[in-house]
Amino acid sequence: MSKITYRDALNQAMCEEMTRDERVFLMGEEVAEYNGAYKVSQGMLEKFGSKRVIDTPITELGFAGLGVGAAMAGLRPVVEFMTWNFAILALDQIVNAAAKMKYMSGGQYSVPMVFRGAGGSAARVGAQHSQSLENWLANVPGLKVVMPSNPADAKGLLKAAIRDNDTVIFIENEINYGDVGEVPDGEYIIPLGKADVKRVGKDVTLVAHSRMTGFALAAAEELARQGIEAEVIDPRTIRPLDENTILVSVAKTNRAVVIEEGWCFAGIGAEISARIMERGFDDLDAPVARVTGKEVPMPYAANLEGMALPSVADIVEAARVVCGRA
Amino acid sequence: MSAKQKQAAGITHDGSFYDLEELNAMHDKMLFIRRFEEKAGQLYGLKKIGGFCHLCNGQEAVCVGMHHAAEKTDYILTSYRDHGHVLARGSDPTAVMAELLGRAGGIVKGKGGSMHMFDAERNFVGGNGIVGEQVPIGLGLGFSSWYKDDGRVTMTIMGDGGINQGAVYESFNMAALWKLPIVFVVENNQYAMGTSLDRASAETHLFKRGISFKIPGMQIDGMDVLEFDKKMSEAIAHARSGEGPILVEAITYRYRGHSMSDPATYRSRAEVDEWRSGRDPIARLQAQMIEAGLATEEEFKQRDKDIKKEVAAVAKAAEAQPEPDASELWTDVYSDPIEGAYPYPVKVG
Repeated sequence: MSKITYRDALNQAMCEEMTRDERVFLMGEEVAEYNGAYKVSQGMLEKFGSKRVIDTPITELGFAGLGVGAAMAGLRPVVEFMTWNFAILALDQIVNAAAKMKYMSGGQYSVPMVFRGAGGSAARVGAQHSQSLENWLANVPGLKVVMPSNPADAKGLLKAAIRDNDTVIFIENEINYGDVGEVPDGEYIIPLGKADVKRVGKDVTLVAHSRMTGFALAAAEELARQGIEAEVIDPRTIRPLDENTILVSVAKTNRAVVIEEGWCFAGIGAEISARIMERGFDDLDAPVARVTGKEVPMPYAANLEGMALPSVADIVEAARVVCGRA
Repeated sequence: MSAKQKQAAGITHDGSFYDLEELNAMHDKMLFIRRFEEKAGQLYGLKKIGGFCHLCNGQEAVCVGMHHAAEKTDYILTSYRDHGHVLARGSDPTAVMAELLGRAGGIVKGKGGSMHMFDAERNFVGGNGIVGEQVPIGLGLGFSSWYKDDGRVTMTIMGDGGINQGAVYESFNMAALWKLPIVFVVENNQYAMGTSLDRASAETHLFKRGISFKIPGMQIDGMDVLEFDKKMSEAIAHARSGEGPILVEAITYRYRGHSMSDPATYRSRAEVDEWRSGRDPIARLQAQMIEAGLATEEEFKQRDKDIKKEVAAVAKAAEAQPEPDASELWTDVYSDPIEGAYPYPVKVG
C-alpha cells in the first residue's frame, strides 16, 4: 500500500500493463515528450520508448480510428483524449466502429482497447471544456463505461479495462487527478461491472459516480450530524451497471438519491432511478430524487459556475426530502 | 493453337507476363462479380434483399486487379460498396449472397447485410458503412504492421465521395508522418451518390490529394484489369518497402445507380453507354485474349452461360438457408459479457 495521487495510480496501472503485455501502447496528444497534458503519462516515454508511447497530431477522429484498426489487428491500444470534450470529434469511430464492430462482423473482429482521458467539469474553463458525456456513451451497446472516483479504484479499474476484450470508455476526472489515497502496490485489479459501497448506512441510499462520490460522502457526514445515516454507493462501472448492489441497498434503506454532475435529461440518474422503480418499486417509501448539474452550458464566472454544479448542500437537502425531514 | 501452346502463351502487358491460367481466373472472377451483382439486383427487386444495396457493375477490374496484386496476408478494407471486393478476395459467394438475404449462413451470420461484409480469415476488414470511416481504421491496421513489423500492407479503399471527408486527411498525415505501409485507393467512379466529381471537388485529380502530406500519387485506368494489376503491384511494393504510404486513384465507372433506389437521372444515358460499350473491363480483357489467340468469342459465351448457372446455384443455395436463430440477437455484442449484468429492456411481468 502506498499513498499516491489519482494521477500516479493511473500511471502505475498503465506502466504495469505495458510491462506485462507488449501489445499495449499509449497514444494521444502530448502523452510522450510533454509527459501528458495532466502528467498522467509522466516518465512513460523514457520507460517504454517512442514506439509504445506516441505523441499524435491534434486529430482525434484519426487517432481514435487508428486505435480501432490496431485493436482489430491484435494490439491493445490505450488512446488518451486530453479531455473527453475533444472526443466528440471522434464519436464516429467510438460509436459506429468500435462499439459495433464485433456484432457487425458476426463476431470475427473485436476491438479490445481503452479510450481514456479527463471528463466532467474542470474549473473556470467555460462551456466547451466542462461537461459530462458519460450518458451518451453508456447508451451504446458494445461499449463499457468506467469512471473511477478515487486513486485505488483508478488503478484497479484501469488495469481491468486494459485487459478487457471489449472497448472500454474510461472517464477520469480532471479535478480528482491530484487526490491522494492508499493504493495497493503491484497487481491490483477491480473487476468491471462491480459497484462499491463506499459508506454503510441504513436510512437513505446515495448513488454517485466519479467526482460526485466524494460529494456524496461529504453529504453523508453532514447527514450523520443531523441523525440520518446515508449509504453511499459508487457504481464505478456505468455500463454495464451493477444494479443489484443498488437494489440491495434500497431494499434496506427504502429511499434513494441519485447524484450526477451532468445534465438531468436522459442522464445516468434517469437510468438508475428507472431501474430502481422497475425492480425495487415495492421497497421504496418515497420517490427517488435526482441531484444533477443545471441544464445550462457551463458559465465562466465563479459564482455562476458554482450554481451550475451540484453541491454537497443540494445532496443533503434532497436526502432530507426523501427521508421526510425537509 | 493446342492446349499446351496456349498454356505457354499469355499476354505481356507493360513488361509483365500474364499466363493463360491467370487471365482466365481474372476474367472469370470479373464476370462472376458482374453476374452476381445482377442477381443481387434482381433479388432486391423481388424484395428478398432489403435495405441498402450498392452494386459495383463496371468497377470489376479494380476489385480483381487489386486482389491479384495483393498478398493473402495483406489487409483490405473498403466502404459499403463491398460485394465485388469480398468476392475478389476469394470469400465464399454463397455466404456473401446469404448475407444479402439475411440468412444464418451469411458471411457475418446475417448481422451485417450488404454494407458489412467481413472475412477475417482472408484479412478482409469490411464493409464499413459510414463514408470515409474505414480510412482511419485502415490507418490502424497499417500501424499494427509497423508496430509488429509483420511485412503486411493495408489497402484502404474509398470513393471519390469519401476522399472529401476530414478523417481521410487526418489519416494521410499520420500515415505519412510515421511511414506506415498503406496503399490508399480511391475508386473514382465519377459520382458520389448523385453528385458528380466536379461539383464536389475543387481538385478533381484525386491522386494529387496527398501532395501536401508528401504522399506520392498514381492515377490508374481502373477499366483495364491488367493495367490496374500492374500499377497496383508497384504501389504495393512501394508501401511494403518502408517508404510510406501511396495514393492510387482508379478511374472507373459504375453502371448502376448509387444504390438500388437511385434511378441515376443525374447523368445521361449516352454517358453510361460510352463507358459500357467503349471501356467495359470484361469486354476489354476478352478482346485482348481473343486477339492473342487465347480464346474465342464462342468460348466466352459458353463461360458466361456457366457462370450464370453458378450464380443461380449460389442464389438458390443461399435462399434455401434459414434465417438466423433468434438467439443470435444477443451474441457478439461483447467479448467479455459481465456476469449478472441485466439484459435490457426489462421484460414486464
